[in-house]
Amino acid sequence: MERPLTQHIQPGGEPLSLAEYEKKGGYQALRRVLGSMTPRQVLDVVSKANLRGRGGAGFPTGTKWESVPEGAPKPRYFIVDADEMEPGAFKDRYLMEGNPHQLIEGLIIGAYTVEAEAAVVFIRWEYTRARKSLRKAIEEAYERKYLGGNILASGFNLEVQLHVSAGRYICGEGTALVKSLAGDRALPHAKVPRQTQAGLWGKPTILNNAETLCNVPHIISNGPEWFRTLSRCNDGGTKIYGASGKLKRPGLWELPLGTSLREILEECAGGMREGLRFRGVLPGGASTDFLVEEHLDVAMDYDSVQKAGSRLGTGTMIVLDDRTCPVGMVHNLEHFFAHESCGWCTPCREGLPWAAAILKALEQGQGRAEDLDTLGQLTGRLGPGRTFCALAPGAMAPLKSALKFFRADFELHVAEKRCPWR
Amino acid sequence: MAVIYIDNKPYEVKEGQSLLNACLSLGFSVPYFCWHPELHSVGACRQCAVKQFRNESDTRGFIIMSCMTPVEDGLCISIDDPEARQFRASIIEMLMLNHPHDCPVCDEGGECHLQDMTVMTGHVRRRTRFPKRTYRNQDLGPFLNHEMNRCIQCYRCLRFYRDYAGGRDFNVFGIHQRLYFGRYEDGKLESEFSGNLVEVCPTGVFTDKTFMKHFTRKWDLQTAPSICVHCSVGCNTIVGERYGTVRRILNRFNREVNGYFLCDRGRFGYEFVNSELRIRRPLVRDARTAEAQPANKAAALKRVAQILRKTPGLIGIGSPRASLESNYALRKLVGPDRFFAGVSGAEQRLITAILDSMRKPSVLSPSLQEVERADAVLLLGEDVPNTAPRLALALRQSVRVRPMTLADQLCVPRWMDHAVRLVVHDARGPLYIATPYRTRLDSLATKTLRGAPDDIARLGFAVAHELSTDSPAVAGLSEEAQSLAHEIAQALQGASCPLVMSGTGCGSMAVVQAADAVARSLRKTGRPAMLSFIVPECNSLGLGILGGGSLEDAVERILKGDAHNLIILQSNLFRRLDRETVEEVFEKIEHVVVLDHVANRCVERADVVLPSATFAESDGTFVNNEGRGQRFFQVMVPQGDVQASWRWIRDIADALDKGELAPWTSLDDLIADMAASVQRLKEVVRIAPAADFRMTGMRIARESHRYSGRTAVTAYVSVHEPKPPQDDDSPLAFSMEGFQGHVPPAVIPRFWSPGWNSIQAVNKFQSEVGGPLAGGDPGIRLIEPMENVEKGQEGAIVPEPFRPRTDACLLVPLFHVFGSEELSMLSPAIAEAAPEPYVGLSPEDADRLGLRDGNTVAVRWDETELTLPAKIMDDLPGGLAGLPHGLPGLSGFVLPRWGKIRAK
Repeated sequence: MERPLTQHIQPGGEPLSLAEYEKKGGYQALRRVLGSMTPRQVLDVVSKANLRGRGGAGFPTGTKWESVPEGAPKPRYFIVDADEMEPGAFKDRYLMEGNPHQLIEGLIIGAYTVEAEAAVVFIRWEYTRARKSLRKAIEEAYERKYLGGNILASGFNLEVQLHVSAGRYICGEGTALVKSLAGDRALPHAKVPRQTQAGLWGKPTILNNAETLCNVPHIISNGPEWFRTLSRCNDGGTKIYGASGKLKRPGLWELPLGTSLREILEECAGGMREGLRFRGVLPGGASTDFLVEEHLDVAMDYDSVQKAGSRLGTGTMIVLDDRTCPVGMVHNLEHFFAHESCGWCTPCREGLPWAAAILKALEQGQGRAEDLDTLGQLTGRLGPGRTFCALAPGAMAPLKSALKFFRADFELHVAEKRCPWR
Repeated sequence: MAVIYIDNKPYEVKEGQSLLNACLSLGFSVPYFCWHPELHSVGACRQCAVKQFRNESDTRGFIIMSCMTPVEDGLCISIDDPEARQFRASIIEMLMLNHPHDCPVCDEGGECHLQDMTVMTGHVRRRTRFPKRTYRNQDLGPFLNHEMNRCIQCYRCLRFYRDYAGGRDFNVFGIHQRLYFGRYEDGKLESEFSGNLVEVCPTGVFTDKTFMKHFTRKWDLQTAPSICVHCSVGCNTIVGERYGTVRRILNRFNREVNGYFLCDRGRFGYEFVNSELRIRRPLVRDARTAEAQPANKAAALKRVAQILRKTPGLIGIGSPRASLESNYALRKLVGPDRFFAGVSGAEQRLITAILDSMRKPSVLSPSLQEVERADAVLLLGEDVPNTAPRLALALRQSVRVRPMTLADQLCVPRWMDHAVRLVVHDARGPLYIATPYRTRLDSLATKTLRGAPDDIARLGFAVAHELSTDSPAVAGLSEEAQSLAHEIAQALQGASCPLVMSGTGCGSMAVVQAADAVARSLRKTGRPAMLSFIVPECNSLGLGILGGGSLEDAVERILKGDAHNLIILQSNLFRRLDRETVEEVFEKIEHVVVLDHVANRCVERADVVLPSATFAESDGTFVNNEGRGQRFFQVMVPQGDVQASWRWIRDIADALDKGELAPWTSLDDLIADMAASVQRLKEVVRIAPAADFRMTGMRIARESHRYSGRTAVTAYVSVHEPKPPQDDDSPLAFSMEGFQGHVPPAVIPRFWSPGWNSIQAVNKFQSEVGGPLAGGDPGIRLIEPMENVEKGQEGAIVPEPFRPRTDACLLVPLFHVFGSEELSMLSPAIAEAAPEPYVGLSPEDADRLGLRDGNTVAVRWDETELTLPAKIMDDLPGGLAGLPHGLPGLSGFVLPRWGKIRAK
């Protein structure tokens, strides 16, 4: 089984230096791109590879790059979203801590494709190790003339800056990230115009997740057909899956896209710890719907998970066992989301704290029968299309599915006027 | 046009507008908070949700925000859909989770948009049991009260204050449910447009602090349409009164003039009407030195007749802050050749030049709304944010006109505010500012020039010459100035609605002529050109039309012994002429009759003082800087013997047995007379409906349909309800009885509509939301370019470059929005916001004189010596010094003039 993204990473070890990376074939893809390919050709290769965005939304990367209108104004900006804030997710961190040049190479190729001359890596404040490794890698890349003016004598210029974010979940919403980068409040804004038309400082902007870009050098080196064969579904490539919770071996693994949930949880993570039973899983991070026992054979690819009623999201799952209170777990999540609401639109700003307060009351034995109705109503009011961005609908996903799959637990909290797990 | 279906009925609406706009214009009650007709859509509050259906077979539909949805042909929506209604109610429920429900003690209660929207959505029951969040409020200065607990986070305050008005000291802090809209720390809000937050805020977070001191519910206010008296823009206002005091000023929407916003001087300057310094009874002085004695009306008039009869040779001095009618009445009484405008010769000449320029062919004097649409602006010599703040706010919008095309290119509708601001980013259209000192618009300017008035004029002439060689060349121009002139000429020529703006602020004829020359030259290149002048006071142009000599001419007459009696109309000569001259006048003249509102030094010296009505107590017409005649209406019956100046003048004529000179019993009589005898004012009769106008046989009620206590207000005097006072001058009634519905725009006493109790009710009075008032925006343009006018200012002379002197500085006026205007300074809140007097020095001159900031200096010219603290202004060019116009102790002289400055 090929593991292009993680093959050279030594868990717990030092990140690959530039020399080490080059020795493993690093920057060959970039040389090829700058030496013999036009942006259009790169775009075609990436499009054919069926690479979909690994940040959570699964938007086809080729389509995104192509959406920069021809003749669009310059400068154009290329942004790497390395602000991994989804609870349960730690995949980008692993890639950046282990092999930062892989990301930088992907970034340069991406920037070349959309003719951007300035790039920013927007990285989470808490990721101190990743920051350190990236900062060093960027310096090395500048020294080796992979960055800066006239890269590899191709005439292509690219300046890269590492921007340490102030740490807000809302920056996972691309428009908010761009606002924040421009020095404004991190508020999402309308999808018209598209970022690729007018984004950072009103200029065309491409925003890609870190894991997504790490795939790009491999696609160039090995071709789109190879990339597509890596997966077990229509979309190309491998995926870094992660699992946390009371498992025997929580962690992350690079596996073919479309590996089944059961395989990941039982074979990679070794199943539940002794004495515990599996009750449910948030398959793609905190903002996805619970899947339960009946879904264990779902293939973990974008379309299959969606069909099962959830989202692949970041592919980093959080597992719920039978000795953990689902109400408490959801309360924890809603408390987080309420705190991370940017405060722009009413349902999210007011609804999330309300939901969190009700869940807290349930946990403290102060629940009332009508609370479940209110929670149910909130999942609708904070649903897609009713809020400004996807934060609140994402926040409602675990609550809504918990009310569906674990309703009895909620009712028990009300009936017994206490949390049965305490 | 597009056909859209709302609840299965087709409607024809304009394509491309927002769906919310369309629904409101059609008269549907779709609730909203974050949307504002002037601030447009951002999709924050989610209150305006409706349901959209994909096609005819779609029965489920989906919720959309109407403010974020462009109108397209065939769009099929439901406002009445149960799910949409439920969602809208749920938004109110969520907003109410933390709202304090303190309506009974909230100043917004009864005219609260949040109350209206709550009722509209039908939300009634509070389901939450959790504690509400609370905040500490800030002291935001004398104008606004802050009560953050009421906030529903619609962001409108922020968007108005920062995005629209360019304020920097106000922001949103915090995140999630703990947002804070305020300042970094307590302190007065810096923007001179802060008062608009009172109307922009949908609830009671920002309320009028001056109103708070004499608070009255909206329904208990007697209101009337009025015109602001505090600058020449003539913003339309609604004045509210109860128990004989003016309680507050609200914006009165007029698309062409002030739109939705006022400046703080206009909103909070009203308190002079209630001032303790008001003159409420006539005063009579037996001898100049004697104490003035109050007299009744008859006795005072008898005394006036007596003194005017005794000695012939009566002259009258009019006023740019008095109505056309009062000035005309005085002119009629004394005769046009014995009528003098109450302004200096220098100002008079500028006003005449401006009036001539406005009548010259082809160049239009733009309305404020047209200023907003200008796509290239040259500003010559005028500190607009301080002399005509509302126009400065319009200029602030004008720089966005050109970059808007970027949004058009990306098919972003112009009303999608955040998207537009993202696309436009910091791109700005051309705005060139040439002023003696920095203005608050400079940060928006493409380029600025600092210079003495003559240098500003030279730049203007150079631009004019660049545009057309018919205009004289400017000799000896620096290369830098030459290239700036070239650049400006290019920018103006490349625009589709270029605007040149100037005014009397520099006190320089050369500047006015240069502005005129630029506009003329621009016109010669075949471009449309707009030329806007800012003049000193609310009726400067009206007075200019009536003509008459200057104050100096009047003084000359008096000192020559050609005039023995003087009637001064609403003018404090000590403010307009130097003290020695006024003293001489009072020495020489035999009798002085003063008509004014408030005690001042002229009043103290008069033989007879007749208490004249303010804008709130009388009706009349002002001509604004655009040349638009606008009528104001009295909101209350004045106390004591106060009456309109023109009525006093008529009474004087009667007392002199010269009733034939003033045969007017009502304002309409006077207006008809004036229109007939002054050709240029013949349209004045059309400005507003005459006093005999009736709506379905009724007068228009000044009091609301919910006015309370009318039988109790005077019950301590008599338990019998008095008959409402008669109003002979307007179709309005001092009563709640009368017509309460939609009336002609010029006489709308308040915006109020069923279900719409807040100022947002203005939606219901417009032809389309955000558009002109139904029936047309009030006011009539009285001055239009004429094709057959004789050449007035041709042959303007380009001044020599300014040469600094080592022995003196050229003193130029510095304007302050709070402090430079006479009447508003009598309002405590404005006075509190005004700076202390000072003299502004350039760093060069300060160095030369060895002066530091705060040093006491003497400023001298002729016989005058002022002692003032120095303020070093790094933006002032060497050789210039500035004196703040109108601050206490800093009036009674004409600037610019040379003055010697030394340390003291």
